[in-house]
Parts: sequence; structure tokens; C-alpha cells
Amino acid sequence: MAQQLRPSKSASKKPKVDWSRREEADNFAHTVKLYRQGKIDHDNFRRFRLQHGAYGTRMTDDYAMVRIKIPAGQIYPYQLEKIAQLSEMYSIGSAHVSTRENIQLHWVVLEDVSEIMHGLADVGLTSREACGNTVRNVMCSPLSGVCIDEEFDATPYAIATAKFLLRNPLNQALPRKFKFNFSCCENHGMTRITDVGLIPQIRELDGKNQRGFKIFLGGGLGNKSFVGHQLEDFTPEEDLLYTSIAVLQIFDRMGNRKNMARNRMRYLVDEMGWDKFQNLVLKQRTIVRATQSVIVRLNINQKPNEIKRPISVSNENGSVSDGYARWLKSTTYKQKQDGYRAVFVTLESGDLTANQLRAIAEITKDFSAEGFARNGFSQDIILRYVHESDLPKFYSRLLEAGLANSGSLTMASPVGCSGTSSCNLALTNSHRLAKEIQRKFLELKLDEDDDLRDATIKISGCPNSCGQHEIATIGFFGGGARVGKDMYPNYSMSLGGRFDDKAMLGVTCLRVPVKCTIPVILKIIELFKKNKQPHDTLSRWVDRIVHGNESSEIKSVGDMKKILSPLVIPPSKDDDPDFYSDYGSDTNYHTITGKGECAA
Amino acid sequence: MRGLSNEMASTTMDVDTVRAKINEDSVRLIDVRREEDYNQGHIPNAVNLPLASLLSDDSPERVVKLAEDMGIADDTKVVVYDDTFGALASRVAWTLQYIGHNNVALLEVTYSQWRELGLKTSTEKPNIKPAKHSLNLNPNILATAEYLENAKESDSVVLIDNRERLNFLEQHIPGSINIPYRTLATDGKILRTKESMRNLLQNRGIPEDAEIITYCGSVGTLSGLAYYALKSIGIPNVKLYVNSFKEWKKLEKPIDKQENAAYWDLSAE
Repeated sequence: MAQQLRPSKSASKKPKVDWSRREEADNFAHTVKLYRQGKIDHDNFRRFRLQHGAYGTRMTDDYAMVRIKIPAGQIYPYQLEKIAQLSEMYSIGSAHVSTRENIQLHWVVLEDVSEIMHGLADVGLTSREACGNTVRNVMCSPLSGVCIDEEFDATPYAIATAKFLLRNPLNQALPRKFKFNFSCCENHGMTRITDVGLIPQIRELDGKNQRGFKIFLGGGLGNKSFVGHQLEDFTPEEDLLYTSIAVLQIFDRMGNRKNMARNRMRYLVDEMGWDKFQNLVLKQRTIVRATQSVIVRLNINQKPNEIKRPISVSNENGSVSDGYARWLKSTTYKQKQDGYRAVFVTLESGDLTANQLRAIAEITKDFSAEGFARNGFSQDIILRYVHESDLPKFYSRLLEAGLANSGSLTMASPVGCSGTSSCNLALTNSHRLAKEIQRKFLELKLDEDDDLRDATIKISGCPNSCGQHEIATIGFFGGGARVGKDMYPNYSMSLGGRFDDKAMLGVTCLRVPVKCTIPVILKIIELFKKNKQPHDTLSRWVDRIVHGNESSEIKSVGDMKKILSPLVIPPSKDDDPDFYSDYGSDTNYHTITGKGECAA
Repeated sequence: MRGLSNEMASTTMDVDTVRAKINEDSVRLIDVRREEDYNQGHIPNAVNLPLASLLSDDSPERVVKLAEDMGIADDTKVVVYDDTFGALASRVAWTLQYIGHNNVALLEVTYSQWRELGLKTSTEKPNIKPAKHSLNLNPNILATAEYLENAKESDSVVLIDNRERLNFLEQHIPGSINIPYRTLATDGKILRTKESMRNLLQNRGIPEDAEIITYCGSVGTLSGLAYYALKSIGIPNVKLYVNSFKEWKKLEKPIDKQENAAYWDLSAE
């Protein structure tokens, strides 16, 4: 049952929206009972469970993962404290920040899920429609509102869209899941690799500024990935809702409900052809606009957030902790607001302990002038409106919490999906591999290397792209390979993926056994250093290679493959038994998977 | 059930009642923290029995002697507290019950919470007059490995592991279910409310008339807390497998594991 949260020691801000509905928790508990009694069949129960944000767990029906939606990534201190408590009570004592701004609690006993839902209702959060064939968490760039390149803050629009769609009959049984990403600018949000991506834009009309969006449709990563298409030059803000409804209606009506492997909207766009799809959307939007029986509009709360620097803190002029400069450079972003920075707290594969969640809650209250945190696109948490003069103190507080690692905004902070740590479909432990690479990069201080800063590493444990490997400078997805009878974990490596205005999917280079991934990455860096031009960066160099525009010894992905090939030759099992086991396991590797639920 | 008065039926005592009883000198408070912590301050009139000291020899005869030295007679009301979410206090309270002292309860808060509430503490040691205590073993609340091994095959027995989730996944006694000790508490109290405790069991499908055996990692502290959480809602038949998983492993009894998943790598510890 619900448990009351102790009042926070300092006044903590409350969110503008309550996303919860407490009766859903009781309903969930009741439905689990019916399922256990055999009164609801497995498929129906699964659909219900996913609709309520409880995802299956690797090789068992006894546990679930609860995905807590954090619309626009905005999360308040008392919500972080509650999630910390729930993770200790019902999960593994750690929580995971996903690539879509959700917070996930893993290995939850199915019968306890309703207890978590009650706890979430205490703090206005929900897991509703976090999984299943619904509109998933509506994302917004963690820099929206503070980005130096943005035209206006998209956050209120993202929140309003989430509010309009949550529990809306329009999206309770789509052919497949559906995702909205709002960005601040071209660079900080993944607008071209999602069903609907939106970048705020202002145009001048009759001497007046008009707000609107650049909308991209039909992108997405998966077994087969596509880059989205821009719907029109400019979509005025009053058309945002109509466009969203029109797209959802078309997908609902025409999406493939038979073939689970091809039922995301990007396949519909691909099969139909963009021109035809675009026409359909524009026509449907006219119909939507004309046929609303009552006035349907987004309820956009434009009331600005109060920016009030907490009374603090930084009167001590003591010595600055070691590593401060390195941390400052590699994890903070200078906001457009004078004197403030956004701090990207470095996590390992998005994981943090209950006590670290509590520490972030406290630090947010003590340092952030807006009083809440934002989840980001890369398994990270961002604290904004931290005054520059408070940063040394802020850093020492992170140090105390074990959260002061450098590199969150650099190549040293890889993304790794949950992999074999919890996912039924996973073939490899991508989650741990990301942590291993991160530790090696930090050990070698590669986070300090400006040439590497804008490159990315992203890892998926299977071909399904939850780790977003296809948009990484160096991307990996997991599989198995064998020497004779002996299997080993083996990753496919792609190069040159990106998600900005020149978004493209990475080009396959070669297969890399898991225990060779770090040497191969370091070799690529070494080759880059040898062949780079003045003021070059790794991502630009790789970009030239994948486009065949590089003039040094490595002119193509084929050249790269040739040079790297000697590094990926399997040793015999007698020579190196460790080669044949995955990270996090001391037994021989074998592939084993259960049924995926993405399409259920 | 022998000697079950209304007062004895409650497993925790609230702060106000304890304060009143301290004032009228009608309770024996036991502080089970380490001696140096006790010396720095404790609840007024509390005696010190560090858990480690009890565990160094918890044979019934010695426990009777310890009780007598603390001035505990057969009918003395005893309240135990710790600063470790009630788990250490539970183990001491359970041991007293095992030698037949039923009039024992847990303080509903920890020592830290007591202090956070701004309540009185003291560095004075109370003057204790030794008392006489009888030995009436209460074997119904104890499970041995041998007992457990037979009992767990029965459909009416529920075996609960109170360690943290990852430890449970890694290895556990076959047939056990996992209720981590953190699940048992609520904000500011060492135990959940009765209503939410009942709800938890109901969701888990654990009937209140089942025989429930609890265990944890080594000496029965976390599972001792679970013992009292279950007792707090009046479950009649609860037993503590006091030697817990450490002994079970040493005896090389069968162990189950959640296979084929690298769940440890999700932990940020």
C-alpha cells in the first residue's frame, strides 16, 4: 500500500503535472491474481502488463522490469527519493536511466509491481504506456530552455503532448510502439531516428514572430533502421496537435498488424514511399482539423519555471578538489543564461544506486536554481541552472556520492542497453561492455582528448538497436560466433553513424569478439592520430572514410577492415579460455534467448 | 499460545508508550548497539547488550544468565532497540522469546530516529538489580536446517528469504521466495503498517494461516525483523531459521540460482 514520503528537509518543488492514477495500481494487483489463477490467458495478461509499463525479464515469468515514464525527462527531488526507496524495497537497490528518459527498476517480483505503482502515485509518476503498443515516453532535449542554439523552449509542448496522449483511446492499441522526440536544436535531440521528431523554429510572418516546428516522420532504429523525412518547411504550433493526431490515425489504420517484425511506422513509410505518405498526412491533418466536434487543443503551460538560486553554499574558498578541471571540461555545458551551467552527471550505462539517487535529489535541491533534474538521451541525468561559482562545491558533493567521474559529454561515456543483465532477447552483455570501455577510457584519460570529444560509442546486445549502435561513431551489436564447437560473444561493428542534421546509419565494418573490442577501439584511435589532419576530430575523420572522401592510407571502410582484421583472430580455447566467456560471466559462452516483448 | 496477553501481542512499542514506561520505571530497555556507541549516549535507563556479545554464546543457559544480569524477571516488560533498521534488535528479542520470555517488543524506531525526533538521551548507566528468570524453551519459533528441509516440501509452508534481491537471485534455498528486508520498513518506522504488510502478503499469495519460515544470510537478523513483521499482523505460526543460509551452504544442502542472466551488472554498487 501507499507509503507516505517523509517531508524533504528543504522545500522541494512540485511538478506541474500529476501523471498518476492510483486505481491502476489496485487494478494491476487484481489482474496479476487473476492471471496466477489461470483466469486470464498469458497473451492477454502480457498485453495488459505492458500497457502498464511492466516488461518481461530474461528467462523467467516471476520478475518484471518496471519502466517509469519521465515525460520530457523532468524529474523532481522528491520523485528521485521515492524511486530510491522503491528500488531498495522491490528491486535490486539500483535504478537505471534509459536512453528514452525513463527510469527502470529491474528484477521486480511481478506480484510487487502494484506496490511500486502505488509508490509512484505518491509522487505523481506513472509507468502507464511505458511499454506495449502505445505512445511511449515523450522525450525532450535535456537542454531545452538553456541551449544556446535553440529558437524557443520546446519543453511545454512536449509535456502538453504527453498529457494529451497519456491514456488517450487514440493510442491504446497501435500496430506497434510509437515515439515522439522533441529537441532544442539540430544537435541535442534525436529527431531523425524516431517516429515523430520535432525541432522548434520561429518564422516571421507579416512582421510577427510565429512559433512552429520542423517535423520529421518515419525514422527509427531497429532490426532495420531508417532516417526520418521532414514533413514540410514549417509546421505552425497550432498544427502540432493536428499533425500528431493525423500521423497516429494513419499509422493505426494502415500499419502492419500481421508481421511483428515490420510493424513500426518507418516500414509503412518505406513501403508506401515518402511522397505518398507525406500526402496522406497532410490530407488527414486537414480532415482532423475540420472534424473535431469540440475544440481539441494542447494545453500548453507557458508559465515560466521559477529560477531561484538556492541559498548556499559556496562561501568557502578552500582548495579545489583534484580532477575538478577535467570534470568541468568534460561534463558541463555553458547555458545561454549568463553564469549558469548544465551538468551532465556521468553514470555507468545509466545505473545508479539508491543512495546516489538520494544524493542527486539533495544536490538538485541545494544547487539547481530551477529545482528539478532532467534525464537525457544517453542514459544520463542532467542538473541545470547550476551557478558557475557553485561548481567546485557541487563537484565535491558529487565526489562524496561517487558520481564525479569525468567524460559524460565525451566519447568516454558509451551507451549500453541492458543486454543479458535482464533482457530476453539479448545475446551478449552489452551493459557490462559499455562499463568496461568507459573504465578503460577514463584510465587512459581519453575523456580529456578534444579530438575524441564529439565521437560516440553505443552498444546493443542484439540486432534490435536499443543501445542505438547505428547512430554511433563506433557502434556494436552483439551476437555469437564459434570456433569448432566453442562459442564466443562476437559484436558487429559499424562506423560513422550520426544523429544530427546529417543523420546517417553506421556502415558495417567487421565482426569483433567481445574481448577484442577495447583493443580494436584503441587501434582505431591510434590510426586516427596517425592520419588525422590538423584540427581534425575522430568523428569527422570516420565520416570521410565512410563517404570515401579520406585521402590518407585508410580511404574506405574496407581499408579499415583490412588493418583491423589481425586483431580479431580467435585464439584457441587452450591458449585463452577467457576469450570464450562474456563479461560478467565465468562460464563458457552460449547464446540463449527468450521471447521478445517489444512487439507484444 | 502460552501467556498471550494483549500487551504481549503487540510486537512493537510506540515512542510515547516507551517514554511513559521509562518515567514509571516499568520497562527494561535493551540497547543492542556496540558498547562504544552505547557509551556515547542511549535512551535513558537502557542497558547495553551488544548483539555480538549475545551471539558469542547464545545457548539458552547463558541467555537466561544475561537476562538475569539485566534485571529481567519472568514478567518484566522488555523493549529492544538498535540503529540497524530493527534487525539486530529483532534477533535479541527473538532470543529472549526463545528462552520463554514472551513479554518483549521492539521499539518502533531506531536510535537515530529517536534522536531525530528530539527525544531524550543519556550517558548514564542504570543501576541494575539482578533478577531471577526461568527457562521455558519455546521451540515453536525456531527452525533448524533439518526441520526446514522436511517442512519446505509441504504445501502449507512458506519459506521467505530476506536478503537483498541480487543475493537471492545468485543463490537461495530451493522453493524460497524473496522479500528483501528493506520491504519490511516504512518511512520513519522499522516496520510497515499492518495494513500494508497484509497487502504485501496478499499480493504475494501468502495465506496468513500458513507456517512461515524466514531466513537470511548468516545469523538471523534480517529474517528476525521479518519474523516480527509477520508477527505484527498476528500470523500464528512463524519460525526463524536462525542459522540461515550460511549454515545451509556449509551443510552442502541444495541451492537454486537464477540462471542465464548477468543481473549483477545492473548494479551500480
